[in-house]
Amino acid sequence: MLDSDDIGRRRREPAKRAARDEIDMNDRGPVRMKPPKFDYHAPDTVREAVAVLADVGDSAVVLSGGQSLIPMLNLRLARPTDVVDLGAIDGLANLEPVDGGLEIGAMVTHRQMETNDLVASITPLAQHAAGFIGHRAIRNRGTIGGSIAHADPAAEWPAVLLALDGTITLASAETTRTVPGDQFFEALFTTAKRPDELITSVYLSGRFQNSWGFSEFQRRTGDFATVAVAVGCVIATGAVVEARIALAGVAERPVRCPDAEQALIGTRPGRAVDAAIAARDSFEPVGDCHGSTEFRKRLVFAETKRAVTQALGPDLESRANA
Amino acid sequence: MRDITVTINGRPMSATVDPRLLLSDFIRQDAGLTGTHVGCEHGYCGSCTVHVDGASTRSCLTLAVQVAGRKVDTVESLAPDDETLHPIQQAFEDCHGLQCGFCTPGLLMSVAELANTNLVCDRAKIREHLAGNICRCTGYHQIIDAVEQALAEIREVQIDG
Repeated sequence: MLDSDDIGRRRREPAKRAARDEIDMNDRGPVRMKPPKFDYHAPDTVREAVAVLADVGDSAVVLSGGQSLIPMLNLRLARPTDVVDLGAIDGLANLEPVDGGLEIGAMVTHRQMETNDLVASITPLAQHAAGFIGHRAIRNRGTIGGSIAHADPAAEWPAVLLALDGTITLASAETTRTVPGDQFFEALFTTAKRPDELITSVYLSGRFQNSWGFSEFQRRTGDFATVAVAVGCVIATGAVVEARIALAGVAERPVRCPDAEQALIGTRPGRAVDAAIAARDSFEPVGDCHGSTEFRKRLVFAETKRAVTQALGPDLESRANA
Repeated sequence: MRDITVTINGRPMSATVDPRLLLSDFIRQDAGLTGTHVGCEHGYCGSCTVHVDGASTRSCLTLAVQVAGRKVDTVESLAPDDETLHPIQQAFEDCHGLQCGFCTPGLLMSVAELANTNLVCDRAKIREHLAGNICRCTGYHQIIDAVEQALAEIREVQIDG
């Protein structure tokens, strides 16, 4: 129980905190500005954008759809000196078939990915996974480039990128380079992208278009994944010759599971269960109030089994039950 | 400060704004349109949902400068005049799809987007579409009833028209 003195002290504290932040006034009184002050840049070209990033350094942030950045600004978890808005740059929201795969501009929205015919035919896994991201209003504005740069370990795009052998193209003032997805995600919200670099596009391979699976457990529709599993396979004459299995929500970054992938190669029966067991035994997801480690490991098993079964289809997987 | 021009509910409006001003605060404070409600202010509750170029958008997760040159529609754009409710609003009244009304503007704008893109939905689809709009009063059943009625009504008008 708090006594009245404690309550009094608690009430006085917020006033002291508020005094530290500048408060703008207009003729109706204080204007409630949630984000902290920053210098705003709205370049027309990628060249101008990377020039600002080179100039400002790591205290600048890039604004694409803003569906992760603006909450962080509103809560003042992020206090950048400069915000570089990509919204005025033409040509960053294109979808283009290249070498049997899909080149996706960084500013392509989740909603575009969900509804575009090219995405559905070349990378159906990406089209399917897009529908799991947030809510419609989030998907309307959030972008694939923003999600990959943010690198939330429970987000869908990083796992899809790994499953579809994706690459990320980064531009800086000096040069342009392409980084394989496998080398891009380094740690919690940490990637190989340098502060002076900008994601301009991502590339997803089309070679998994006939054999893919995606399964996700969300506590509620629109939540981040508790566990999500993305699977891409290449099948030749009835045998799996290549398998990629990527998981979100199980580690501090999106990860592939080599043991589970190995379990899929060839024509052996019972592969979905073998892969699911391998995946379950590969990770120790951190437990919290939404689920213990043990619960999450069970989810890894269940979602891997579902995604693999979807990828291999009833014909290939029926041998598992034979 | 930045000069922006935004078409709000069909009317062009010019203003000089701080780049960090949220669209939700721009709509309420600068445009004086207080129909858009601001709840959680970090994209969780859906009360502040408006349309930007016809697509539902959380106005608290958008800077006013990001909609420069674009078309913004708020809940005030729904009713054709002061006397008549939009079919979606009428259905919410008929079905008791609101109690305190705080979440209602956001829900109406989410439903308006659904009516524009997918008029034939079962209850599960409606629930999925509205999952980003939190209501703490109704328990949602009457909201789903209202959306079913509204979509049926709009379908009929389209067939008759």
